[in-house]
Amino acid sequence: MSHAGTKKIRWVNETPLSPIERTYIPLVLQGLTTTVRHLVSKKITLQFPEERYEPADPIIYRGVHRLNRDAQGRVKCVACFLCATACPARCIDIVAGESPWPDREKYPVHFTIDMLRCIFCGMCEEACPVNAIELTSLYDLCGKSREEMVFDKNKLLLIYDWTKDDEPPLMQIFEQEAIREEPPEETQSWAAPEHPPFDHVAEKAAEMYRRDSAG
Amino acid sequence: MTWIILIEVLVKIALLLGGLMFAAAYLVLVERWIAAWVQDRIGPNRVGIPLTKIRLFGLGQPIADGVKFICKEEFTPGHVDRTLYTLAPIIMLVTALGAFAVIPFGSVLPPFPLPDGSTYQIRLILLPAFDAGILLFLAFGGLGVFAVALAGWASNNKYSFFGGVRSAAQLISYEVPLSLAILGVVVASGSLHLDHIILTQAQSGWWNIFVYPLGFLVFLVAVCAEAGRLPFDLAEAEQELVGGYHTEYSGMRLMLFLVSEFLHMVAASFLITILFLGGWHLWGITGSNELVGWGVALVRVIVLVAKVFLVILLFMLVRWSWPRFRFDQLMDLAWKVLLLWGIIHFVLAAGWAYAGVNQPMWLVAATNWTTLVIVWLITALVSPPESDNRPRREPAPVWSGEAVESPTS
Repeated sequence: MSHAGTKKIRWVNETPLSPIERTYIPLVLQGLTTTVRHLVSKKITLQFPEERYEPADPIIYRGVHRLNRDAQGRVKCVACFLCATACPARCIDIVAGESPWPDREKYPVHFTIDMLRCIFCGMCEEACPVNAIELTSLYDLCGKSREEMVFDKNKLLLIYDWTKDDEPPLMQIFEQEAIREEPPEETQSWAAPEHPPFDHVAEKAAEMYRRDSAG
Repeated sequence: MTWIILIEVLVKIALLLGGLMFAAAYLVLVERWIAAWVQDRIGPNRVGIPLTKIRLFGLGQPIADGVKFICKEEFTPGHVDRTLYTLAPIIMLVTALGAFAVIPFGSVLPPFPLPDGSTYQIRLILLPAFDAGILLFLAFGGLGVFAVALAGWASNNKYSFFGGVRSAAQLISYEVPLSLAILGVVVASGSLHLDHIILTQAQSGWWNIFVYPLGFLVFLVAVCAEAGRLPFDLAEAEQELVGGYHTEYSGMRLMLFLVSEFLHMVAASFLITILFLGGWHLWGITGSNELVGWGVALVRVIVLVAKVFLVILLFMLVRWSWPRFRFDQLMDLAWKVLLLWGIIHFVLAAGWAYAGVNQPMWLVAATNWTTLVIVWLITALVSPPESDNRPRREPAPVWSGEAVESPTS
């Protein structure tokens, strides 16, 4: 009797044992040989503090955040709050102030990330329009107190200084590959760029992706 | 003379307690190593000498484990029966330790002179003059059921209670084939004294495993169930019962339970070694006379302990090889297979004992091995070809996620 919206389940019987299997000798031997084979096989444990896990691709690994600096050593962030909005864990807290520099309107006076709340999903990195926040490949994050695990702007910039040589910012990688026809002028404002400044980066990334996937 | 007996007993008890606790602590480490190796891990290898950086392959781990247990809060839940709750681990440890009183750890040390001119001889067993040794062992094993059942009952927790009830049923069931297997060996050797059972095996050179393979198999499985080792650890099946009968225990009292379980396994290994693997006997090395010099006496202790360690290793490998039995399978195995095998083993042994002690051993062994093969084949043929115990009925249709018209529309 089959109803609308319901499905009949089939009764699956257990495969019966053959007479030889019913003596249990092959099965018992099988169990013991499996155990002994694993007993002497190569161990896969990583002895952590001595041996360290190396992320296969540090660029795409989602570890501790950093705040990138621009060429002049200033914080790249423009305090647009897109990362804080995108954050599903709501761990980013930004206090914006008027920028002292002519190339942007705002800059972050405070920029704190609560690492205890962060789920390392990388959405802030995706949301950032100026590639200022990035996730590094540092994964052994620990602290002795909750306060210590709330990272402020200086700490995040410090992480950039530590990691910039091993993991250059994505922008820099793309810029090395891309041929810039017209470097944007220093005075150009973010509010109304004539050309979207990162289009060539997106094109270059798409081209790299096509090239990689082609072979 | 009484003072030296007193000293002898006190020294033996001290050595036994210290040695057993030490052995239990380090067997936990061995068990953890083997568990890790079987799972392709490395296992405990960090703790060495405390307060230094020396690691020693993790040999300090038992110290860390012990300190952890001692320092842990010993919490008594409010809903337990305090008297029984406290009594249960004590009974468990006492019965586990008491069983070692009749286990010989070697044969006899050579006689040595005393200051007053007489000679004195030490047997490496706590109760040398106790003739019904194996009965005492079984009695302590039976008392151990009380501890588990009491712990489950006193905890006033349904998981503990399930564990206790399961364990009681299991231990009582498996004591029957266990006793039958022992009985066959006892009848064949003509003694309840474990020392004497070893001696008969040593003098004939035929270990009981070669003469009574059927009894050995029954005993191996039954003693594994008695010790609650993994294919039979229904009393503390973590996946079903949280922690089984010791769910509500913590700190030192939990440690008493865990140590007692290891001691059960050690005692079971000793019994297997003594009853079936020739005890301290090894051909060509240990001799077969009761009286030997210091060197041979020491070698015998080493041989016995080495055999016991190998049996323990087998138990630990078995633990990771096969999954746990279902409860009905457990009962089937005890009452439908092992009981019959045990009876057949006992009848055969009794028949040969009736025929006289001067029968050629190879003939006894040949009949027993033939019987084993026949009995095994018959068991295999009549055993059910599947282990499915689901009720045979039409399964109810289930919701598949498609839309259903509601009756009102």
